[in-house]
Amino acid sequence: METSTQESIRLETKDLTVRYGVTTGVQNVSAQVYDKHVTALIGPSGCGKSTFLRALNRMHDLGADIDVSGQVFLDGENLYASSMDPVVVRRRVGMVFQKPTPFPTKSIYENVAAGLRLVGTRKKSVLDEVVERSLTDAALWDEVKDRLRSPGGSLSGGQQQRLCIARALAVDPEVLLMDEPTSSLDPMATRRIEELIQKLKDKVTIIIVTHNMQQASRVSDYTAFFYVGELIELSPTEQVFSNPKEARTKEYLSGEFS
Amino acid sequence: MTLRARYARDRFAEAMFVLATLVVIVPLFFIIFHVVVNGFSALNYEFFTEELGSPSRAMQGRPAGLVHSIVGTVIIDLVALGMAVPFGISTGIMMSEFQEHPLAPVARLMTSTLNGMPAVLMGLLAYALVVKNTGGFSALAGSVALAFVMIPIIARTTESVLRVTPWSLREAGLALGLPRWRVTTALVIPAARAGVVTGILIAFARAAGEAAPLLLTSLGNNFLSFDMTRPMDTLPQRIYSLAISPYRQWHSMGWGAAIILLLFVMITFYVGRVVINRMEKQFRG
Repeated sequence: METSTQESIRLETKDLTVRYGVTTGVQNVSAQVYDKHVTALIGPSGCGKSTFLRALNRMHDLGADIDVSGQVFLDGENLYASSMDPVVVRRRVGMVFQKPTPFPTKSIYENVAAGLRLVGTRKKSVLDEVVERSLTDAALWDEVKDRLRSPGGSLSGGQQQRLCIARALAVDPEVLLMDEPTSSLDPMATRRIEELIQKLKDKVTIIIVTHNMQQASRVSDYTAFFYVGELIELSPTEQVFSNPKEARTKEYLSGEFS
Repeated sequence: MTLRARYARDRFAEAMFVLATLVVIVPLFFIIFHVVVNGFSALNYEFFTEELGSPSRAMQGRPAGLVHSIVGTVIIDLVALGMAVPFGISTGIMMSEFQEHPLAPVARLMTSTLNGMPAVLMGLLAYALVVKNTGGFSALAGSVALAFVMIPIIARTTESVLRVTPWSLREAGLALGLPRWRVTTALVIPAARAGVVTGILIAFARAAGEAAPLLLTSLGNNFLSFDMTRPMDTLPQRIYSLAISPYRQWHSMGWGAAIILLLFVMITFYVGRVVINRMEKQFRG
């Protein structure tokens, strides 16, 4: 993991600050995310890790009194530039949420195709191909290929979450954000998602928020430790867990506060 | 508190709910019973096939019916619904999905005010807008008046059912890079469709029973007409004019018309329920 300096940076934040009204959720975070690697964001509840994550694809834009300042660069382009359309940003930076969110009125097929179909791709051959590829990438194809027309909500929780991952992959994002994607799943389903993350990092850069430190050590190449809205440490995962640079990281990992 | 006392309290509370429900149901049964008893004798074959015609028919005891009122009600109400649904739903969407828009609070104030306004004022509005400008009473003016009755109801119910659809659904759509209007039309509205349809039904039933807005607009007509630009008959306005007429036969036909109007509203709700159930079944896993 000492090769980090040679790896290319895909996404980078500079002095990213998120304020909710008068409270500050994330303060002056400057972080680098490496291409085709998994970066885990850890820290106690309320430390700002999810808030930070959601700033990376401008999900805060619709919040009435949420204010984001600073910059987020994707391949050197500032996602918060005034010329940047948040809709375009979200096509390049996809997201999977804590609770599986299949579209309730849509079939498995339509769920995966939604990102393309609802913006105008109508050609069936294209959609068929994308749906099969995305479901295969999300390790769900074999389980659902015979019932693509059943409702997305008819799947189990773990399958629903993989469906959401397939749906996000279908629009071919450069970065995939995952906000505690396994916190509502049982251990078996969690394992499948973790294995999936390992496979997906060859194709897409992944940033995952997790409250589970074992999960961070299992799935990630880099780990960022957040505490009270600040980024305390961002290093190769091995180093964070075996030999953290910061005293506060060490205290957190050893359970001295939570 | 002892267990017995808690059981007693539970039974007392339940008895109160039953009592309150009866207070709601009993008058409704009384109305239906009264209407049916008085109107049933008027419901013969001619009632559904003949026009009312001139008062001389009634005086001479010749067969007369209300086919023109039944047909007119269906036409005027459906045209009104066609006008009200797009505006009502769009306004509801504005109030729920685009809350930061400067028009949203204005729309909210307007729909609340219109909801509480007597329906006769909607008739006056349609009179000023349509009757005055087109030079005469018309079915179209009646539809416009009823659309004004329906719009605030549809807008309000649409707003409230959209608001209770989970925020996570919108986030999931936005996170896919869908524009907001697409998230609204393709994801949020379909998820809330049962509630939206129910709102439309409530608005339709409410408007279908209104006589006042029609007296000033579609006016009424003793003969069958399909021309939207001329006066047309409707059941509520016909019930009113039959009731104040001096002929006994017409009075009993008025009660008969009330049965038909009740059935019309009940059938509307029944069909609506069937449609909603079918829509819901499609996506139950």
